[in-house]
Amino acid sequence: MKLTLQIWRQKNAKAEGKIVEYPIDGIEEDMSFLEMLDVLNEQLINKGDEPVSFDHDCREGICGSCSLFINGEAHGPDRGIPTCQLHMRMFKDGDTIFIEPFRAAAFPVIKDLVVDRSAFDRIQHAGGFVSVNTSGNPVDANTIPIPKHDADRAFDAATCIGCGACVATCKNSSAMLFVAAKVSQYALLPQGRVEATDRVLNMVAQMDAEGFGNCTNTGACEVECPKGISLDYIAQMNREYLSASIKG
Amino acid sequence: MALDSKVPSGSISDKWTNYKDHINLVNPANKRNIDIIVVGTGLAGGSAAATLAELGYNVKTFCFQDSPRRAHSIAAQGGINAAKNYQGDGDSTFRLFYDTIKGGDYRSREANVHRLAEVSTNIIDQCVMQGVPLAREYGGLLDNRSFGGTLVARTFYAKGQTGQQLLLGAYSAMNRQIGRGKIKPHNRHEMLDLVVVDGKARGIIARDLVTGEIERHSAHAVVIASGGYGNVFFLSTYAMGSNATAAWKIHKKGAFFANPCYTQIHPTCIPVSGEHQSKLTLMSESLRNDGRIWVPAKLEDAQAIREGKKKPADLSEEDRDYYLERRYPSFGNLVPRDVASRAAKERCDAGFGVNKTGEAVYLDFASAIQRYGKEQAYIKGLDANNTKLIIDLGAAVVANKYGNLFQMYEKIVDEDPYKTPMMIYPAVHYTMGGTWVDYNLQTTIPGCFSIGESNFSDHGANRLGASALMQGLADGYFVLPYTIGDYLAPDIKTGTISTDLPEFVEAEKKVKDQIEKFINNNGTHSVDYFHKKLGKIMWDKVGMARNAKGLTEAIEEIAALREEFYKDVKVPGTADSFNQELEKAGRVADFLELGELFAKDALHRNESCGGHFREEYQSEDGEAQRDDENFAYVAAWEYKGKPSDAVLHKEPLVFENIKLVTRSYK
Repeated sequence: MKLTLQIWRQKNAKAEGKIVEYPIDGIEEDMSFLEMLDVLNEQLINKGDEPVSFDHDCREGICGSCSLFINGEAHGPDRGIPTCQLHMRMFKDGDTIFIEPFRAAAFPVIKDLVVDRSAFDRIQHAGGFVSVNTSGNPVDANTIPIPKHDADRAFDAATCIGCGACVATCKNSSAMLFVAAKVSQYALLPQGRVEATDRVLNMVAQMDAEGFGNCTNTGACEVECPKGISLDYIAQMNREYLSASIKG
Repeated sequence: MALDSKVPSGSISDKWTNYKDHINLVNPANKRNIDIIVVGTGLAGGSAAATLAELGYNVKTFCFQDSPRRAHSIAAQGGINAAKNYQGDGDSTFRLFYDTIKGGDYRSREANVHRLAEVSTNIIDQCVMQGVPLAREYGGLLDNRSFGGTLVARTFYAKGQTGQQLLLGAYSAMNRQIGRGKIKPHNRHEMLDLVVVDGKARGIIARDLVTGEIERHSAHAVVIASGGYGNVFFLSTYAMGSNATAAWKIHKKGAFFANPCYTQIHPTCIPVSGEHQSKLTLMSESLRNDGRIWVPAKLEDAQAIREGKKKPADLSEEDRDYYLERRYPSFGNLVPRDVASRAAKERCDAGFGVNKTGEAVYLDFASAIQRYGKEQAYIKGLDANNTKLIIDLGAAVVANKYGNLFQMYEKIVDEDPYKTPMMIYPAVHYTMGGTWVDYNLQTTIPGCFSIGESNFSDHGANRLGASALMQGLADGYFVLPYTIGDYLAPDIKTGTISTDLPEFVEAEKKVKDQIEKFINNNGTHSVDYFHKKLGKIMWDKVGMARNAKGLTEAIEEIAALREEFYKDVKVPGTADSFNQELEKAGRVADFLELGELFAKDALHRNESCGGHFREEYQSEDGEAQRDDENFAYVAAWEYKGKPSDAVLHKEPLVFENIKLVTRSYK
């Protein structure tokens, strides 16, 4: 496969960035998208150029490190996967591929395709937990039965990998899907109910403070989410928020 | 120096309780004056950091990822063991202890393993309280599945994402402490050296991976939780960034490195597809609950399949060799990982492999889909003779259990595993070896602790499935918080450790010098070029089967490659900026030393045990042959300047509660 890559290059947070063109040849269908970038980087290094920086780690779709905006779509043209599970068989010989970082005011670029997503961590610091200490002698795990339906819904919310595709995709750069997933996971479990009021208020306040936009229900986040987190969780969070606001 | 394991006296079931009753404690007011550094924020590091902060210590965490939530514990799929006996199938603390010792081929320390089994139940209680959504049955109680090397169902799980859910649990506990200011997280930071002052670990040198700044951090104790060293093989199921640098730096500062040759090669991974492959993907062991492993029984069928002339479905039952069920009737497809991996290699070496390269076997779900489909049809009162209906019903059950794994397989291989069997092959997955620690999880450097995969203690020569998550969380939540307190009790009057001490200055200079050297080296080959070469030597000569000749060659080849690396590596970019090539260069430099010690350890161990299989030492039917008389010890290596000069120290393994027998799963 022969391709033309148009890649965002930016030296650091302060520098101005631009798209640079890189022709590349000999790409095989079975390669993952990131392996294709490995090939490019090897060539750049051998030529004495600086390789393209991009975040990646587990390369099996679970750590949430990889974060590319490919031909205008978060994680590229395939669905239900992050970039590391995107394979070159999704492209064809002669294609031009635009590769950009996840863009949002709350995700400043660090270098090239690497962005700073620590805003997500700070939202979790504000309330993404159940306040129990490690004591070694809590009650037995089977003391509180949880309906399978609730446990499964909590699990589905908890599968969020924190990649930020929802933010990058949203025209408002909203982080509602990300925050809603965590709020809902705990709201659906008896262990998390105890602090549900404070949690939703604190996490939403932090989300706003970080500069994420508001939700206008376009649903783009759900489409691009590599884990298929449902928009329903945003509705769940809105209910939680409303009732928490009334309780004050 | 004689190794003292510091195992408390008394009967095995009382040791931990008695130990906890008699250790020194630090009072809450004094904990405020004590700083602890935790390097690595996976299950072990994350849970330790959270618990230590809850207790009142000042904790600083370090991880190279942009967030603790991305540590590679997140990729663990199948589950976590605990001796809860919720299924009433005869499980107990002793049984989990016994299974783990036997599974480790009698090369682990009894007292540590028993403690692990004891606290296993606390982990489940703790995680459920934290809101970790473990799988449940319709009655609302927790569900279990079964894993390799055991005859009970003691594995708790969250679909195929158990590691993710448990890690996010530990991360949430960390977040609570970060929010309270008790943990100061240093993400996108890498530890590049340990600082030892007056014989005690007192801090680290770290690089801010964004700015390139070299920083000094002091503490009263340093905890290493940086995981395993499987990436010495280049291709593995580890994350791309997983590295041994923290563990290797403490080794060079005096921490002994134990049993480096004990590496786990996991039987069910997606086979290598091409030259440019960067990593291998695991298909959870839980799949062996329902999947049956086979190869064609006839060589001509295997060849026809390799050439694309036949499909697996074309072969009738009698033309298939379910070799695990044939060789190991009592454990069948659920034999431990080392046994399953070697059996796959044996069949493929004999010419029965089923992919283009001949290095793959089938993992087939057809009979599970049938079985579940019929079960569902019966339950729902539907027509059990409707073939399509049965398949649909069965596939739905399988999807519910393993959906994300099947999806992952399909994305990578471009084949639908509901319709055609998966192709799998063994790949490097976990390292049982690691930093030597005593019962307190302390290394041979006072004040330097090692927990989780980075230590050697609990899994012997082979780890059982679903035990890594258990060990990581046991060490972090329930063991280290006690043992570190005992060490720190006399330190309450020390006060803050100054980072201006000459030891910090010296360590920082060494780190800066190495970075400058890489940047100015102007060689001709990239870091990956050397890493791939190292990986190939390791896989070919120090992999699933080893022999004295190959190991001797590997030792020489790795030493030569290391020399070439320092002469000829090319690291673009600058030291004072975000530079991923520079990060890799430092890690590969350490792998190039570790790999040699690994081969040296494998060469000295003249026996086969667990993941260490020496071709010279096998029974007539190809099973591993241990030599308990000469090798029932932990090999702990002391650094002396070069891997070839490393000095061997032996910690004899004493078995008072379990009788040493030949490990059999037949």
